[in-house]
Formats: sequence, structure tokens, C-alpha cells
Amino acid sequence: MDSLAGLTKGFAIALTPINLLWCLLGTTLGTAIGVLPGLGPALTIALLLPITFKVDPTAAFILFAGIYYGAMYGGSTTSILLNTPGESATIVTALEGNKMARKGRAGAALATAAIGSFVAGTIGTLGLTFLAPLVVDVALRFGPADYFALMVLAFVTVSAVLGSSAVRGLTALVIGIWLGMIGVDLQTGQARFTFGVPELLDGINVIIVAVGLFAVGETLYMASRASTGQDEVIPLKGSLWMTRDEWRRSWPAWLRGTAFGFPIGAMPAGGAEIPTFLSYYTEKKLSKYPEEFGHGAIEGVAGPEAANNASAAGVLVPMLTLGLPTSATAAIMLSAFQSYGINPGPLLFQTQPDLVWGLIASLFIGNVMLLVLNLPMIAIWVKMLMIPQPLLYAGILVFATIGTYGITQSIVDLLLLYAVGFAGYLMRRYDFPTAPVIIGMILGPLAEQNLRQAMTISAGDWSVFFTRPLSASLLALAALALVAPVLYELWSRSRSRVTTATKA
Amino acid sequence: MIDRRNLLLSTAAVTTATWAGLGATTAQPIELLKIMVPAAPGGGWDQTARTIEQVLRATNAVAGVQITNVAGAGGTVGLPQFVNQWKGQGNALMVGGMVMVGAIIANKSAVKLDAVTPIALLTGEALALVVPASSPFKTAKDFADALKADPTKVPVAGGSAGGSDHILLGLIAKAAGVAPAKVSYVAFAGGGPATAALLGSQVAGGISGYGEFAEQIKAGKLRVLAISSDKRQDGIDAPTLKEQGIDVELFNWRGVFAPAGVTDDQRKAMISLMDKMAASPEWVDACNKRGWTRITRTGDAYKTYIAAEIVRLEAILKDLGIG
Repeated sequence: MDSLAGLTKGFAIALTPINLLWCLLGTTLGTAIGVLPGLGPALTIALLLPITFKVDPTAAFILFAGIYYGAMYGGSTTSILLNTPGESATIVTALEGNKMARKGRAGAALATAAIGSFVAGTIGTLGLTFLAPLVVDVALRFGPADYFALMVLAFVTVSAVLGSSAVRGLTALVIGIWLGMIGVDLQTGQARFTFGVPELLDGINVIIVAVGLFAVGETLYMASRASTGQDEVIPLKGSLWMTRDEWRRSWPAWLRGTAFGFPIGAMPAGGAEIPTFLSYYTEKKLSKYPEEFGHGAIEGVAGPEAANNASAAGVLVPMLTLGLPTSATAAIMLSAFQSYGINPGPLLFQTQPDLVWGLIASLFIGNVMLLVLNLPMIAIWVKMLMIPQPLLYAGILVFATIGTYGITQSIVDLLLLYAVGFAGYLMRRYDFPTAPVIIGMILGPLAEQNLRQAMTISAGDWSVFFTRPLSASLLALAALALVAPVLYELWSRSRSRVTTATKA
Repeated sequence: MIDRRNLLLSTAAVTTATWAGLGATTAQPIELLKIMVPAAPGGGWDQTARTIEQVLRATNAVAGVQITNVAGAGGTVGLPQFVNQWKGQGNALMVGGMVMVGAIIANKSAVKLDAVTPIALLTGEALALVVPASSPFKTAKDFADALKADPTKVPVAGGSAGGSDHILLGLIAKAAGVAPAKVSYVAFAGGGPATAALLGSQVAGGISGYGEFAEQIKAGKLRVLAISSDKRQDGIDAPTLKEQGIDVELFNWRGVFAPAGVTDDQRKAMISLMDKMAASPEWVDACNKRGWTRITRTGDAYKTYIAAEIVRLEAILKDLGIG
């Protein structure tokens, strides 16, 4: 088999001591930048681009791929421990992960995230090795109308994080959609809600809002209530590692998360966030313990973490098979190819087999390295929770500030962070859920742009959403997901009424 | 790691700047060149700055180059900073180009390009009009005829609205006698997603820098109908729009500017530095590798070129309903 021979050769290239060293450097660096909120893989690789003048291409790409995968691992750590997502793809992880940490199960949350990332990364890379041409073929069939339908389906997932009051949850969602609209509109080139501030023309970075709402808002809330002066240390309960029961609950979530992450990551407009939303929603619906969701359910960490790592492998599918960059990181990697005079395109596998297969082999190796690197670290990470709360939260504030400033070195972004943080405090104070804001901010603009692209292409004909098979089935799924639970409840209620009636 | 690298560079900057300040009586060679890139790392302007750095270092023209990225809004976030905070610095340059001219108009930016000192036009990239391999259009004329018949039936993919891709479609429409505001332009967040829409035959055509499509064209998945340059380009097997009777010419040009308030000697020193660089074999080599067409125009010739571009782009953006 062609792929197998290529992969064998790739391992021979990736397993040379010097390339292993590049891989180790990349994964370590990637984990570090993943931990820091703000600094993401795209920016890091961009800053490292000048090394392409010095090292050979295979080494450089092994380094870059290590950073890319590593960031996906590292991003979950701060989400779980500090409620401060390092990357937009790990925002969902914070929902259950941080609650687990508060219950004293930080070790298990970190372990399920790391092992889930490994499982998903490995399956995803296997998919990249053997299924790439097939997957990309299907992914390209998705047009704007189908993406819009996918976004509608993803919006249903908001219902999983609405909290106790639907009105409050939907208000938060609308705020998120509004935040997502700020900036120059892609389809018309007109500025919206920028109030003459040039820094707002490119829109607001979702990471700033996530860090502001979760980390800064939480810090202010804690500070407002810290009148007793007691240092409350979060206790560790039970084993540091996952219990048998936690294993049993994690592995199906890992596999389902992978099944969402890989194909959606491979779609040109898919991304890493949507599969994490879908995974979280699915886990909540399928769980035998739905009451635990919102209070630290391990499936809610395992699924989304697997989803974001699988999507990282998925993003490489169109990049390596077609030369299409579908994420910011992939776009930067593409420009690295160009500075070597290599133009990635449909013929890359034929013209640069050593480079491509060496890169893919190094992804397998990098995944193992990341697992080995991250599992022992858990024992050290959880020690962080022994820090007295005032000091811990002060640290979080410093951490969030540095990370945000690191993105663009812009004062406007810092002011925005604190403003959003204050809003987050008010939301927390008056019991508004914050997760719908993030979901709205990510999905809103995607849904809007795809809707308008679809309408331009169809010359204003709404029927495209129902005549295209992909779009129609996705919309039907969304309708089913919304209506089915209500119908089921009505049905079971009327049934129980019938039974009581017959009994009487 | 990254922060340390920047720290080292800025320490170096302080030291060199002091040395330069001590002997700054005559126009002596520039020791440390500071370049502002008004965009995020990785894009075309950033690559231009990094290529300048690479060539100047290889030819020992300067001792060091320090690059600062100020991202945002097609360069209109970086431009005011360059005008206000970098004023009078004789060893500083900013990268900019056609995209910035368009962004200034579209964003109604208060600070305009006349506030900085034009030094040199360096490169240009021809845009390409492409269609999926299965498309019935064989020539740019077929495309223009279809556009004339019903512009809503010919959706065209490209980058953000008001950008160079949209501008070219507007110019083609105008040349074909169709009101530019009538075209069906589908804006995507960059060349990658636009190419994906083309490969999936979601749109009738696409416009972007030739390099964005080059590999797909080579692999036979897309067909190039025309390129937007004034004459045929080496290494590109495609006719120009003009050859096919569509009188349109557009280059996505990039160049460098000095801050406001530099002395005439400083301006001349910078122009000669860029002239020498543009003539070096290292520069020619780097441009060929990246598929950039070299267009060297310095000083006043560059100034005149920009003035004409501003007039032309303002008119077409107005026709497109932007700015």
C-alpha cells in the first residue's frame, strides 16, 4: 500500500536524533504557549518563521507541527485549573473541567484531557494518513448554504449551557452575537459598532472575551465576596489519577469527540470550536448522569478535548492534500512552505514525499511525546491549587493581562479585557451564564457570513437551504434536536397520565 | 523565548541608536534599520519586510534590522502610529501598498498616505481570474459576456469586500459595461477558503493573487482565464485581460515609506539603500522564489504613482458602493 510505504519512510526520517530533538522542542514550546492565554500557535509559528532561512524544511515543519499539537494539549491545563482558556478551542473544557477541579478532581480532569488528546490525535493522524483524499473530497462539497445549516445545528448546542433561566441564557447569547458583529463586515466592507476606534475594525478577539468573562470576571467576583479573610484551599479528593469509573465514562466520549473533530476540522470553514460545542452537547444528552453537567462531569472534559485535538489533525488534511490553509495556523505554515520555494498544492505528496511523510510520522511521535510530557506534569500542576485563593486569583489576573497584551501589544485590548471582565462580574452577580456569550460570538459571525454568501450565490433564492441535500439534512437534524426532547417529554407525561388513569 | 528575542533586539536597538545619534552630522550609512509592518506576522507585507531584512543582511548593507508588527484593519491601525510615534526617524521604514490605499478609503481613515514619505515601490503581484476546471468559460471574454448577460448568475469568490480582488471584479464589470455595484461578489476570509469554494464548484469564478491559485492551476483543478498585469509574466502561462479586449490593469503593489519629518539627506540615503537592494541578485532571487514581479520606482516617481492609484481606487470603490 502506498500510504504504508510512505509512512515507513517517514518514520525513518522523523526518528533521526536531530529530528526527534526538533519534535521535542516543538511539543514543549507548544505546551508552554498553549498554557499562556492569548499566545497561540499561529503567532508563535509566525515569530519563528525567520528560522526557515537557517534550518532544512523537514526539521522546520516537524518543529511547527509539534507546536501546533502541543498548543492543543496545553490549552486545556489553564482551562481546568484556573478557568482561563488558553485557546478558543479549549473554552468548552473550562465549563466542566474547572468544576471538576473545584470538587478536588483536577488530576482526573487533566488526565482525561491528556489521554483524550492522545487518543484523538492518534486516530486523527491515522485518518490523515489513510483517508485524506476521501475526506477532502467530501469536505469540498460543503458550500456556504451547507455551512449555514451546520451553524444552525451548532446553535442548538447552546441549550446545553443555558443554565436555570432560558431568558438569561438567550440574553447572553445575543450579547455574544453582537460582540461578534463588531468590526468591518466581510461582505460589504462597512464598519459596524466600531465607534470610530480603529483597533475595533478587525473585530474583537474571542480569546480576550473568554479570558475576560471567565478569569477576570471570576476574580472580581471572588474579591467581592472575600470579606471573611479565610484562605480556602481546594482539597484534593481521592486518587490523583482517574478511577475505574472515570475511565469507563471517558473512553466513549473520547471516540465521539474524535468523530466530531476530525471531519469538521477537515472542512474548509469548519474550525476547532464547533466540534467542541457539538461534543459537549452530545455528551450531556447521552450521559447517564446529566445532573452532573454544570457541576463537573468528566464526559464534558473528555469529549471536547478529544474533539479539538482531532480537529487539529483534520485541518492538516486540506493543507497537505490541496495546499489549502483553513486555519490561521495552517496559513502561517503555508507561508513557511513558500519561503522554502515549496508551493503546497494537490501535487505536494508527489513532489515532496519525504517532507510530507516525515511530517506525518513526526505527528505520531509528537503525540506520544506530549502524553509522556503531560501525564507526569499533572502531579505538579495540581499543586497550583494549593496556593491560597487571594494569591491564586491575583496570579490569574497577572497571567490574563500578560497573555492578552501578548496577542497584539495593544492597550485597547487590555482595556477591553478589563471591561469585559467587569461585565463578567455583573453577569455572575446576577446569575447570567457566560458560556452562551462565547458560543454566540463564535457561531454568530460564521452563521451570518455563510448565510449571506449562500444568498449571494443563489441570487437571493431562499430555497437553496432546502434543495441542497447536505443543507436540508443538517437543518432537519437541528429541528429534530430542538423538538424531539419536548415531544418525548409530552409523550412520556401523557403515557404516565394514561397509566395512572387506568390504575384508578 | 519569543519575548527574549524581542528584548535582545530592542536592547541592541537602543545601543545602536545611541551610536548613530553621536555621529549624526552627515548622511552616513544606516546601521540599524527599523521596519514597521502594519499587519500581523505571516502575510504579504510581513514577508516583504522579512525579505528586505534577509537581503540587506546578506549583502552587508546594514548591520541589523528590527521588525515591529502592528496588526489591524488593512494597515490603518499601524499607519497613524508610524506617523505620530516614528516621526523624524531617518532609519525607519514602513511597508505598505495598494491594500492600504483601499483600506484608508474604505475605513475613512483620518491619517492618509500623504502623511508619510514615499521611498520605493518594490514589488507587484498580478491577480488572476480563474474558474473551476468544469466551467463552460474558456476565455475572459466568455466570462465578461456572461457578466453582461446577468451579473447575478456569475457569483465570484475572493477576499474581503473592498479589497484588491473585489476591486478587480469591479473594474472588469465596468469595462464590460456592467454597473460594478451589480456584481455578485462572495467575500471569503482569505484566499484559502475562496479556493475551497472554487474547487467545490460553489461559485462561477474566483479572483486572488496568482500565487494563491498557481498549484491548483498546475494540477488542472482550476483554469486561469486571465491575469491583471500590463503584459504577460514570466512563468505564468496566461494571457492578460488587455489582450482579450478588457482594458483593465491592476497590480497588488507593495513598497516602503519613511516617516514624516525626515531630512532630505535621510530620504536620499534611504532611497539609495533601496535602489541598491533592488538591483542585487539576492533580491531578484528572493522575488522569483515568491512569485513577486519586481517593479522598482523610487522617490518622486513612486509619489506620482501613488497619487494616480488613489484617484483610480477612490473612483472604483465608490462605484462598488464602498467608501
